[in-house]
Amino acid sequence: MSDKKYWQSFGERNNSEAFQKSTENEFNESFPLEGLDGKGLLDAKTPRRDFLKYLGFSTAAATLAASCEMPVRHVVPYLNKPENTIPGVADYYATTYTYGGDVVSLVAKVRDGRPIKLEGNTMSSITKGGTSARVQASVLDLYDTARLRFPVQIVDGKAQEVSTFEAFDKMVGEALAGLGGAPVVLLTGTLTSPTTKQAISEFLAKYPGSKHVQYDADSYSGLLLANEASYGKKAIPSYKFENAKVIVSLGADFLGTWLSPLEFSVGYAKNRKVDAKNPTMSKHYQFESMLSLTGANADARYTHRPSETGAVALALLAELGGSVTAPALPEKVKAGVRKAAKELSENKGKALVVSGSNDVNVQIIVNAINEAIGAGGTTVDWSSTIQTRQGIDSDMESLVADLNDGKVGALLVYNVNPAYDYYNAEKFKSGLAKTKVSVSFNDRIDETTELVKFALPAPHFLESWGDAEPKSGYYSFLQPTIAPLFKTRPLEETLLLWSGNKTSYHEYHKQYWISKLGSVENYEKALQDGVVEPAVPAAATGAPFNSSKLSEAASAVAGAKKGEGLEVVLYQSIGLGLGAQANNPWLQEFPDPITKSDWDNYAIVSPHFAKEHFNLDLSDRRQADGYEVYPKRYVIKLKVNGKELSLPCEIVPGTQNDTIAVAVGYGRQSAKAENTAVNIGRAVITVDGKTVGKNAFPLLAFNGTTVSWYSTGATVDFDKNAEMFEVARMQTHNGYEGRTEVVKEITLEEFTENRNTILDEREEELKPFGGVEKFEEQGTLYPTYDRPGMKWGMSIDLNTCFGCGACVVACHAENNVPVVGKSEVLRYHDMHWLRIDRYFSTPGGKLEDADDVQVVFQPMLCQHCDNAPCENVCPVNATNHSNEGLNQMAYNRCIGTRYCANNCPYKVRRFNWADYTGADSFPNNQDQSTVGVLDPSVHMMNDDLTRMVLNPDVVVRSRGVMEKCSFCVQRLQEGKLKAKKENRTLEDLKDIQTACQQACPTDAIVFGNANDSKALVSVTRAQNAQRLFHVIEEVHTLPNVSYLAKVRHADKIFGVEEEKAETTTAEKHS
Amino acid sequence: MIHHRPIVRKLLFSILLPSLVLLGYSSFAQDGKALFQSNCASCHSPVKVVLGPALQGVTSRVPDKKLLHDWIHNNTKVLASGNAYFNQLYTQYNKTAMSTFPSLSDKEIDAILNYVETYKAPTATPEAGGGSAKPESDNTLLYGILTLILAIIMFVLLQVNSSLKKLSDDKEGIPAYEPVPFWRNKVYITFLVLVLFVLGGYWVVSGAIGLGRQQNYQPVQPIFYSHKVHAGINQISCLYCHSNAMDSKHATVPPLNVCMNCHAAINDYSKGPKLYREDGSEVDGTQEIQKLYSYTGYDPKTSTYNTANAKPVEWVKIHSLPDHVFFSHAQHTKAGKVQCQTCHGPIQEMDEVKQFAPLSMGWCVNCHRTTKVNFPDSAGNGGNKFYSVYEKFHQDLKNGTKDSITVRDIGGTDCQKCHY
Repeated sequence: MSDKKYWQSFGERNNSEAFQKSTENEFNESFPLEGLDGKGLLDAKTPRRDFLKYLGFSTAAATLAASCEMPVRHVVPYLNKPENTIPGVADYYATTYTYGGDVVSLVAKVRDGRPIKLEGNTMSSITKGGTSARVQASVLDLYDTARLRFPVQIVDGKAQEVSTFEAFDKMVGEALAGLGGAPVVLLTGTLTSPTTKQAISEFLAKYPGSKHVQYDADSYSGLLLANEASYGKKAIPSYKFENAKVIVSLGADFLGTWLSPLEFSVGYAKNRKVDAKNPTMSKHYQFESMLSLTGANADARYTHRPSETGAVALALLAELGGSVTAPALPEKVKAGVRKAAKELSENKGKALVVSGSNDVNVQIIVNAINEAIGAGGTTVDWSSTIQTRQGIDSDMESLVADLNDGKVGALLVYNVNPAYDYYNAEKFKSGLAKTKVSVSFNDRIDETTELVKFALPAPHFLESWGDAEPKSGYYSFLQPTIAPLFKTRPLEETLLLWSGNKTSYHEYHKQYWISKLGSVENYEKALQDGVVEPAVPAAATGAPFNSSKLSEAASAVAGAKKGEGLEVVLYQSIGLGLGAQANNPWLQEFPDPITKSDWDNYAIVSPHFAKEHFNLDLSDRRQADGYEVYPKRYVIKLKVNGKELSLPCEIVPGTQNDTIAVAVGYGRQSAKAENTAVNIGRAVITVDGKTVGKNAFPLLAFNGTTVSWYSTGATVDFDKNAEMFEVARMQTHNGYEGRTEVVKEITLEEFTENRNTILDEREEELKPFGGVEKFEEQGTLYPTYDRPGMKWGMSIDLNTCFGCGACVVACHAENNVPVVGKSEVLRYHDMHWLRIDRYFSTPGGKLEDADDVQVVFQPMLCQHCDNAPCENVCPVNATNHSNEGLNQMAYNRCIGTRYCANNCPYKVRRFNWADYTGADSFPNNQDQSTVGVLDPSVHMMNDDLTRMVLNPDVVVRSRGVMEKCSFCVQRLQEGKLKAKKENRTLEDLKDIQTACQQACPTDAIVFGNANDSKALVSVTRAQNAQRLFHVIEEVHTLPNVSYLAKVRHADKIFGVEEEKAETTTAEKHS
Repeated sequence: MIHHRPIVRKLLFSILLPSLVLLGYSSFAQDGKALFQSNCASCHSPVKVVLGPALQGVTSRVPDKKLLHDWIHNNTKVLASGNAYFNQLYTQYNKTAMSTFPSLSDKEIDAILNYVETYKAPTATPEAGGGSAKPESDNTLLYGILTLILAIIMFVLLQVNSSLKKLSDDKEGIPAYEPVPFWRNKVYITFLVLVLFVLGGYWVVSGAIGLGRQQNYQPVQPIFYSHKVHAGINQISCLYCHSNAMDSKHATVPPLNVCMNCHAAINDYSKGPKLYREDGSEVDGTQEIQKLYSYTGYDPKTSTYNTANAKPVEWVKIHSLPDHVFFSHAQHTKAGKVQCQTCHGPIQEMDEVKQFAPLSMGWCVNCHRTTKVNFPDSAGNGGNKFYSVYEKFHQDLKNGTKDSITVRDIGGTDCQKCHY
C-alpha cells in the first residue's frame, strides 16, 4: 500500500507495521490479569475457581440488591414559587464572559436555577454569536471545587476563615489606615468595565497617591506603544478582516489567540466562504516560526527564526517601496515576502498586515506597511478601538521595582496572578513580601493569593452584575444567572465600601446605566439584549500616520542581534491560553488543534531537530515507530536566559528547524506542592500528584520596554538514556484502515476553471454502483427506507472550519461527555463525541521543508449513516436507526460488546471503560486499582458541586456502555415540541441547532431537516453541490453528515498533487 | 390462561377509561363548564361558599343581566359606582377583591351562568376506595378448576386404559411386566419437572420484569390530601395546581402559595363526605388543613404569615421513572392532548393517590402504537400544523391508503424518543 497523502501522525504517514498493529489493536495494553507472572491461570492470584465464585456471588448480590425495596423518593415543591420560572424549562439570560481582558457576549442557559450552558449572543456585532473553547468551558469554572468559599486572612501561609464581611472590612480597614500615607496600588488585568473603572476612581480618590496598574500577562504594549508613536494614540484599532482580500500575518495567531480571535475569525471567515457561482477568496500569507492555528489555515506559509520577525517586516516594507533596507533573510522567505508584497500592492485598500510581535519597533514598521497599502480607514479602523488589552509592560516593571523598594503601602490584586505568570515572578514575590498590606480578590488561593495577607474572593462572572466595553462604544452587560454559590463579594462593592460609599454594586451599576441610557426601560432592555451598540456602526476611519519614529525603529530592527543556534518561542495554547482557567478539566482534556495532545505542555520541535538531536529519522519506518506509536517522548533540558526547563518533545512538521516552541499556561503549582490540589484545583495535577505540564512563563524576557515572547541562544541538553515522558495524544490511534477519500481539496484556480472536478471524481468512483444519483439504491442489497417527516442532516464546510475547537467543548458541555483524565487518554480511552481530525500533507511526503506543510481540519462525529455498519452488528439492538435518520444509541440496552465501535469505519464511538461519571450504583467501580487509578480531575468532575453543570435532559452513562454523538437529540426533541406547542412548522436555527453548530463562530456547521428543501442544510448542500462529498462514500454507509471540500487559494495542493503523481506512475506501470 | 387476566384488564381499561374520561371531561361547544373551571372554579363553586359566594341562583339575586356582566368584566368599576348589593357582598367576604375578566365575552358569561344555574351537585358517594377496576369478572379460577378436573379425568382414564390393557393382555396370554407406579414412571416425572420448570421460569421472569415497578404504590403522605375532594367533588381543574403540565416536562407539585390561594379562606373541612385512610381510620380534614398552615407559617386568626417557620412539604413521590427515561408532560398534554386520567387513572376518585399505571416501557409503547396523532384530516383541516412536514402521510390520508396516523408512524417507538 502506498504512503498516505494525508496523514495525522508520522506512523500513519509511513504506514509501518507497528502503526497498523496499533490501529488494529483495540487494546493499548494487555489484559489486567492480576499476578499471573507467566504461571497457569489456576496458580494466578485470581484463578478460575475464584472467578466463578466471584461471578456467583456478584450475580446473587446484584439480584439481592435489585430486589430490595424501592427507595422512597420525595418531591419537594417551592414554598412560594417565583413568578415566571417553570421547573424543567430553561431560562436564558444575556451575560458576558470576562476573563483577563477578554470579553465575549453570551446567553446563558439556566435550568432550574443553574447555568448549564453558554451560547454566543447573536446580537453582538463583534462576535456575532460565536464562542471559543475557553468560553464554552467557562461555565464549568463556576462550579470549580477549588474556588475560595469565604474571605480569609492568611497567616504563615495558612488561610483562616474570616467569619463576616464586616470583620474582614474592619481588619483591612485598620491595616489600610495604619499605612501612614504610603500609596495603595490596585493591580488588575485590563478592565473594560465603565462602572468598575468609576468605582476604582472613587476608591483612588479616597487614598491619595494611590494608583491603578493594569497588567496583562500576554501584553500588547508593543502594539500600544507603536500606535502611540505612529498615530499618537495609545490604543488598538479595529482590524476588519472582512474587508481584506490579502492578509499577511507576521506571527499573529489571529484565529487562535491573538487579541480578539473570535471577532477576527468571524471577519476572516467571510472571505473564506466560497460561492460556487462566483468563486473568490481572500489570500492569506503567514510568516511564522511554529505552526500556529492561523498558520495552519494560511494559503501560503513561510517559516523563519523567531528573531527574524522584524527582518521580515522590514523586508516587506522595503518591497512595498519603503526607504528601508532589510537584513539578510533566507532565500525562500525572501521569495515569500516578494510574493506577498506584490499581492499587497495590487490590492491596496483591500489588504491588511498584522504582527504578533510585542516589540514596539516591529509594530511601528507594521504600521508603516499598513500605511503603504492603504489599510487605514479600510481594514484598519480607528473609529472604534479594541480595549481588551491596555496593560503596559513597563508599568508593571516599575511597580515591581517599587514593591521591592518598599515604596508601596498596600497592594490589592484582582484577577491577575503575577506570582505565576510574570516573567520575573521571583522578584514580584519578594516585593510582595515587603509590602505591608496585601489583599487579593482572586477566586482561589492561587500562586499570588497564597502570598498575600487577606483574600476576599470576587464572584464568578455568571454570579455577577457588570458591564464591559470590549471596543469603544460597544457595551456588553453581565447579570447574575445564579445566586452566589459562596460568600463572595464583587470587587466594585468592596472598593466602594472602603471608600465610604455604602451602595451595593447592583444599585451602583443600575444607577450608572440608567443615567447613561436615559431610562429604566432602556436599562432593562440593555440587560435583556446583553449589548448596547451604536445603531449605525461608524464608517471605518484611518488615522494620520506619523513616520518620524520609523527610521529609528527600522535601524533598531536591522541592528538587532542576529539569531544563532536554537531559539525558543513561547505561545498560548488554544485551550488553556494564559492558564487562568487551568483547573478546567474540559480545557485540559481539549486536544491542541495542531499537536492533538492534551494534559501537558511540551517542547514543539521540527523533524529536522529530531534528526539532529535524537538521531531520529521520521521518514524511516522503523524509527518513526519508536516515536509515534508509543506515547513516550524524549525529554530535553532546555536552557535559555539562564533558566532551565525539562520538557518532553513533540515533533510537529511545519516547525522552523531552529525553533523550539513551548506553551505557557501550564505547571500551576502552590508554593507547597501538596496544597496544589486544594488551592488551585484537582485538574492541574496528574494521578501521581505531579503538575500538569511545566510553567514556561519564566522563559519570557524583558527587553527594556516590553516583554519578549522569544529568546535566542537556547541550548538543549539531551540524554538518550534519561527517562522518557508520556504525552497523552488523542485521535492518532484510530484510522480509516487505508480507506480513502477522507478529505477533499481543490485549488481556487482549478475550482474556478472546472466547478465539477470533485463531483466528477465522485461520479467516476461510484459509476459501477449507479453513480452519485442512484448510489443509495444500487450500491447495496438492502432495501431503502422512507424517512417520511424529518431527515436530519449536517453539512460541514471545511473551508471555514479553522479547527478552533469551540464545538468540541460545546459538545462536552451539552451532552455530559465525561472527562477521563490523562492516564485514560494515554490508553486511548478518550470520550470526545466530536473530534477535529487534523491532517498534514507535504509535497512528496517529504518532511524537511517546514514551509511546505498543508493542514486540513475535519470535524469528525457520528455520521448517522443511513446504512450504518454499527447497527447490523449489535447483538442486542441497542443501536438502530430512527425514522428521522438518526443512528440512535440506547445506553440502557447496551451490554458493552463494542462490536459497533469495531465496525464503525469512522471510529466515532466511545466506550466507557471506567465509571467516569460516578453513575454506577456500586461506588467501588470507580476504584480501578487493578487497571490503573483514575485521575483526580475525573473525581473532581464527580463532585456534587461540579455535577451541577450536568445537562439534566441528557443521562450520564455508566461503565460498560457505548456512547456517541446523538445529533443533540435532546435539542431536536425540545425544538419539535416547541413547534408543536405553538402549532406551527419547524423553523431552522430558531427551534433547532446542535451544540456544535451553535458554538461555531464561522457557521461552518449547518444542521437541519434535509427533507425540507428550504431548510438551511438543504440550501447549503444544493448551492455547494459541486464541493459536496461524504467521507469514504464508496463503502455505502450513506452518511447524513456531508462535507464541503476545502478550497485553497494556493498554487498547488500537496495531497492532490501526490494523488496525481501516483495515478500517473500507476498508469505507466500498467 | 394466567395470561388472560392482564389482557382482559387492559382491554377493559382501554375501553372504559377513554369513555370515562369522555363522559367526565368533554362537553361541547360554548363550554360553560370548561369556562367555569378555568376562570371561576378556583374561588367559586355553584353550590358552596369557597373563597367567594356560591353562585347558583345568582341570576335571580341579580336580575339585571347587564349589571351582572359588568360585575364579572370589571368588578372594581361596579364597586366604585356604589352598587349597594355588591358593596355589601364585598364587605361580607372580607373585602377580598375578585379578579377581573375583561376578556370574557357576554356569550361566554352566559354560558357560565347557564352552567352554574343548571349545575346539580353530584350525590356524594361516601364509601371510600370504590375503585373503578371492579367491573371485570375474573374467570381464572373457573378455568383453573376446569383444567384440574379435566386433568384428573384424563389421569383416571389413562389408569383405566392401562388396567384394561393389562386385563386384555392377561387374557391373550401376553406376558405382562410389573406396572411401574406413576410416581416412579419416568415419563410422568419428566413431564412434571418440565411443567415445574416452565412455571418457575415464568414466575422468575415476570418477577424480574416487575422489579423496580411500583404499580398501585400508595404511600402515606405528610398531609392527607384528597384529590377526590379537590378535583372530584370541587371540580378544580388539574391545571390549577399542576400548572406546568402544559409547558414543562414536569407537571410539578404545586407550590404552597397555590394551596393558600383557597385555603387562606377555607380553614375547615365539614361539608364534604367523611374521609378515610386506607387502613380505615377516619381523617379529620380540618386537622389536615391545619397541617398546611403549619407548613406555610400561616396564622388563620390574624391572617398573617410567619415565613420564618415556613417549610415546604416533602411529599412522597409516587410516579417515578428511571433516570434513563426522558418524559415530558408537555409533549403529552399539550402536543398530544392526552387526558391526565389516561395515565394517572381516575384521580378524581382517589383520596390518597396511588400509581395507576405500571409505567413500564411495554405500557408506554403499547399506547404509542395505538394512539392517533393530531394530524390534519384528509382535507387538510384541523390538527397540529407541525405535522405538515409529513408530506407522505398527508398524501396517504388523501388517497385513503391510511385512515389515521399513529404515534408509531411518526417514530414514536424509536429508542431516542425517550432514551437519550
